[in-house]
Amino acid sequence: MADRLFELTTHELHDLLKSKQVSAVEVAQNFIERIDAVDGKVRSFVTTTPELALEQAKAIDEAIAKGEKLGALAGIPGAIKDNMNTRGILTTCSSKILYNYKPVYDATVVQKLGEAGALTVGKTNLDEFAMGSSCENSGFFPTHNPWNLDKVPGGSSGGSAAAVAADECAFSLGSDTGGSIRQPASFCGVVGLKPTYGRVSRYGLIAFASSLDQIGPITKDVTDSALVFNAIAGKDPCDTTSLDIETPDFTKALRDDVKGLKIGVPKEFYGQGTDPDVEKAVKDVINMLAGLGAEYKEISMSSVNYGLPVYYIIAPAECSSNLARFDGVRYGLRSKGSTDTIAMYEKTREEGFGAEVKQRIMIGTYALSAGYYDAYYLKAQKVRTMLRMDFEKAFEEFDVIITPTSPSVAFGIGALADDPYAMKLADVCTIPANLAGIPAISIPCGFKNGLPIGLQIIAKGLDEETLFRVAYTIEQHTQWHKKKPNL
Amino acid sequence: MNRDIYPLFPIPCSLTMIEYEPVIGMEVHVELQTESKMFCGCKVDFGGDPNTRCCPVCLGLPGSLPVVNGRAIEYMAKAAIALDCSITPQSIFHRKNYYYPDLPKNYQISQYDNPLGVDGYVEITVGGITKKIAVRRVHMEEDTGKLIHVEGNFSHVDYNRSGVPLMEIVTMNPPPPGYDQIQSADEAREYLQRLRQILLYLGVSDCKMEEGSMRCEPNISIRPKGQEKFGTKTEIKNLNSFRSVYLGVEYELKRQEKLLREGGTVVQETRRWDDSRGMTASMRTKEVEQEYRYFPEPDLVPMRFESDWIENLRSSLPELPMAKRDRFISQYGIAEVDAEVLVDSLDLANLFDNTAKHTKDPKAVANWITGEFLRLINATGTAISDTKLTSKHICGMIDIIENGTINRNIAKTVFEDMFNTGKQADQIVEEKGLKQVTDTGAIEAAVDKVIADCPNEVERFKAGEERLVGFFVGKVMKETQGKANPGVVNKLLKEKLG
Ligand SMILES: [Zn+2]
Repeated sequence: MADRLFELTTHELHDLLKSKQVSAVEVAQNFIERIDAVDGKVRSFVTTTPELALEQAKAIDEAIAKGEKLGALAGIPGAIKDNMNTRGILTTCSSKILYNYKPVYDATVVQKLGEAGALTVGKTNLDEFAMGSSCENSGFFPTHNPWNLDKVPGGSSGGSAAAVAADECAFSLGSDTGGSIRQPASFCGVVGLKPTYGRVSRYGLIAFASSLDQIGPITKDVTDSALVFNAIAGKDPCDTTSLDIETPDFTKALRDDVKGLKIGVPKEFYGQGTDPDVEKAVKDVINMLAGLGAEYKEISMSSVNYGLPVYYIIAPAECSSNLARFDGVRYGLRSKGSTDTIAMYEKTREEGFGAEVKQRIMIGTYALSAGYYDAYYLKAQKVRTMLRMDFEKAFEEFDVIITPTSPSVAFGIGALADDPYAMKLADVCTIPANLAGIPAISIPCGFKNGLPIGLQIIAKGLDEETLFRVAYTIEQHTQWHKKKPNL
Repeated sequence: MNRDIYPLFPIPCSLTMIEYEPVIGMEVHVELQTESKMFCGCKVDFGGDPNTRCCPVCLGLPGSLPVVNGRAIEYMAKAAIALDCSITPQSIFHRKNYYYPDLPKNYQISQYDNPLGVDGYVEITVGGITKKIAVRRVHMEEDTGKLIHVEGNFSHVDYNRSGVPLMEIVTMNPPPPGYDQIQSADEAREYLQRLRQILLYLGVSDCKMEEGSMRCEPNISIRPKGQEKFGTKTEIKNLNSFRSVYLGVEYELKRQEKLLREGGTVVQETRRWDDSRGMTASMRTKEVEQEYRYFPEPDLVPMRFESDWIENLRSSLPELPMAKRDRFISQYGIAEVDAEVLVDSLDLANLFDNTAKHTKDPKAVANWITGEFLRLINATGTAISDTKLTSKHICGMIDIIENGTINRNIAKTVFEDMFNTGKQADQIVEEKGLKQVTDTGAIEAAVDKVIADCPNEVERFKAGEERLVGFFVGKVMKETQGKANPGVVNKLLKEKLG
C-alpha cells in the first residue's frame, strides 16, 4: 500500500499519519517520486520543491513523535498555483516578465497552509497571469490533461487541476477570476471550489482582476475541499476586501441529505452551444437529486447572457492597471539596451508579456480611456449589479443553481488556437458567479470519450455550506470521483 | 440697401488700454504627519537611508494590497472641517494611472470624483480687504518616491517617501456666490500662509515648504476685465517658499500681460520657477493632455463617515486662527493688528493667552510680546517653543512695573535678561540692583547736580525753550542709572526750574 500513497485523498492520508501507519517523510517521498514519474508527461509544475517538502515533513514527524495534535493538513503534500507569493521560491505567473522573481514574503494563504502543516511540493503552471482557459497561454510550456495528454487541462489553474488529477499532490490551490478553478477542475475530473468573494485573503495573490479574483482549493473529493477551505478561509487584516465574518467548520456541512432542497435550473446555461452529452450528464444528476428528495425547476436568468461581455470589460480594465507595475524598474525581466526609461518600459513589456496578456491590457486601457469610460466600464458595472440582483432574486426561491461547469469536455491542445472566441465561451457558465461574488463548486458528474464532465453548483453569498452538502450528497451516490487517469 | 457699405467708426486703439484681470488657482499638496504611511505600516520620517522605510505594499510588490491608515483619514477630515468643507458621507479611492519610475505600481491611489471634503473656503485679508477664497475639494492620495540623479545615464529611486499620506487642497474657479478667487500674487501668498496656519493649528502637518512637506502649484491666467471665459493658463512648479510663490505668480502675470499686449498668445504649459534668475521658464514645449484612466480602486472598500464621527471630530478641533484673533480682540481689548500678529503661530498665541488672562493689563502683554519678545526671537533665531520665557515671567515683570518697583526703561533690560537666562524679573532686579529710586532726597541731589552742570541749557529753558525738559530728564536718569521714578524727576525739575 505504501507505494501508492499518492492515490489517496487528504483525509485518507491524515488518518494514516494520525494512526502512525506512515510517516510524513514517507508521504512526501512518495509524492516526490510520483512527480518524477509523471510530470515529464503532464507538466503541471513550473517549479518543484522536493527539498522543502521533505524538510517540512521532518518537522511534522517530529511533532507527531512528541504527541502533538495533528492538524487536518499536517504532512499532506499540496501544490500552489504560481501566481501566489512564496517567500524565496520562484513565483512567475508563468510569465517571462517574472521568470526570475523570488518574492520576499508569503501570500496569506501560503502562510496559512504552512501553519496548518501542509507540505509544499511545487508551484503549478497557469495561463500567463491567469488569463486563459487552457493553460496554453503559459509563457513557458503548456500543461497536458492527465486523462488524455493531447487535451488541455483547462485554465487558468490548469497546472493545479492536472497535478491533483495526476496524483502529483493531494490537493492544490487555484485562483478563479472567471472560472479558472472550476473549469480546469471539470476538465481534469476533480473538485474545484470558488468561494464567496472575500472569504479568502487575496494578499500575496498576484492580481489579475482584483474585484473578481478569489483563491480556492482543488481536491480529489468534496471532503478534502472542505478541509482545505477550513484552513485558508478567514478575515485578513492585510486585505480590506476580505470579509470580517466567522469561518464555520465546513466539514460539518458534509451530510448526505438533500430532502426539500430547491434547485434552480436556468435555461441560459444549457442548450445552444452546450455539448448534449454534457447536458445529459448534468441533468441525470439533477434527476438523481430529485429522487433523493430535492425539487427542481427550470428558470430563466436573462442577465446571464451579458456575463461574458461584462467580464471582458471589467477584467481587462482592472488587469491593465494591475499589470502596469511590471516595467523592469524594480524586479523581474528588464530588457537590455534601452537608453531611456520609456524605451525600457516598452521593450521590457513587449518581450515579457505574451499575446493574450497584451491584448487584454490594450482592451482594458481602451475601456478606461476618457470618452469610453461611461460607455464601457461604467455600463459594465451597472450590468454587473443587475446580474447580482438577478442571482439574489433567484436565491429567494432556490437553495442552489445547478449548471454544467463548461459547455464541453476538454478540447485538444491547439484546437481552439485560431478561434479565440470559442475559447472564451469555455468560461460562459463560470463567469456569472465571479461577477456576482457568490460561491460555486465544480464536481465530476460523468465522462465523454474518456474525458471528465463537470457539474457546477452555485449558492448565494457565504453559503458554501449548502454547496458542500449538495456536492457531498452527489458524491455519496456516484463513483466518478474515484476514477483515475491511466498514466 | 446694403448696410455693409456704411463706414464703421474706428476707435483709436492706443487710447483704450484693455484692462486685464488675473485668475489664479491653487493646488496645494501637504504631507500629513502621521506615524505610518497611508496604506502600510512603514514609518513616516525623513532622513533614513534610501529604501529603508519600505515594505511590499509601498514598494508595490506583486500581490501586495493597501490598507487605509485611519489616522490619516482623521487628520484629513479635521483639515476639511476646519476649511468649512462638507464631508462626503461615502468616499472612495480611485486609481490614477501613469508611468513614472518613482511610482512603484505605475498608478497612484488617489481620489477622483468622490473626494472626502468639498466646498470650503480660506479667509484671507490683503490691504485691509477680507475675502473668502473658495476651496473646491480636499482629497487624499499617496506620495511618490524620489528620483536621485547620479552621474552617467542612470537614476536611482528612493521609495522612502512612497506612500506617505498626501492631502491635496484645490481652490474653485469661478467661485460660488459669496466667495472669491485669488487675483494677485499677494493674495496667493496670503492664501498659502493662512492655509499653513490652519494646518499647523490642527497639528496635521509641519507644512515646511523648503522641505517639501507643503507644495504649491499655482495655475495662472489673465482675461480682459468683464470677460467670463478664462484665458489660457500656465502652471508653475518648483516654488519652495512663500517668497517664490509671490515672485513666481507676479512674474507670470506680468509675462502673460506683456505677451497679450504685444499681440501674442499664452501657451498652455507647465513653467518652472528659476529662483536664481527670478523668472519662470517653459518645462515642456508640448503639453499633452494626460490620460490618467481613473477608475475606482478595487482593492479598497468605500469609506463611510457617520455624522456622529464627523461631529465628534468637529467638536475636538482646536480654536482656529481667525476665531482666536476675534476672541483676543473682544476678550482682551487689544488692537486688531496685534491680534493678527499674535495668532500667527499657535505658540505665540498661547503665550499671550496664558499671560493675558493673569494680568490686569492685557494690552501691555500684547505690546511686550509683539514688541520685545518677537524682536529677541528674530535677533537670536530661537524657535518660540524653545524659549526660556514663560507667561509667569511676563506676569511677574508687569507686576513689578505696576507696583513701581521698576520703570519701563529698566523693564526692557529685565525682559532681555529673562529671555536670555530664564530668571524671574524680581530676581534680576534684586541681583542687579535695578530697583526704581523714589526717594526724593536722592533724586533731588541728582537734579541739583544736573542744573549746576548745565547752565547754558538752564538759560535757554528759562528763555522759553520748553522742549529742553526732555534733555534734563535724560540727564537725571543717567545720573541715577535709569532707576529714578520718572514722575518724581518731572515734578522736581518743574519746581527747581519753575
Ligand atoms: Zn510600506
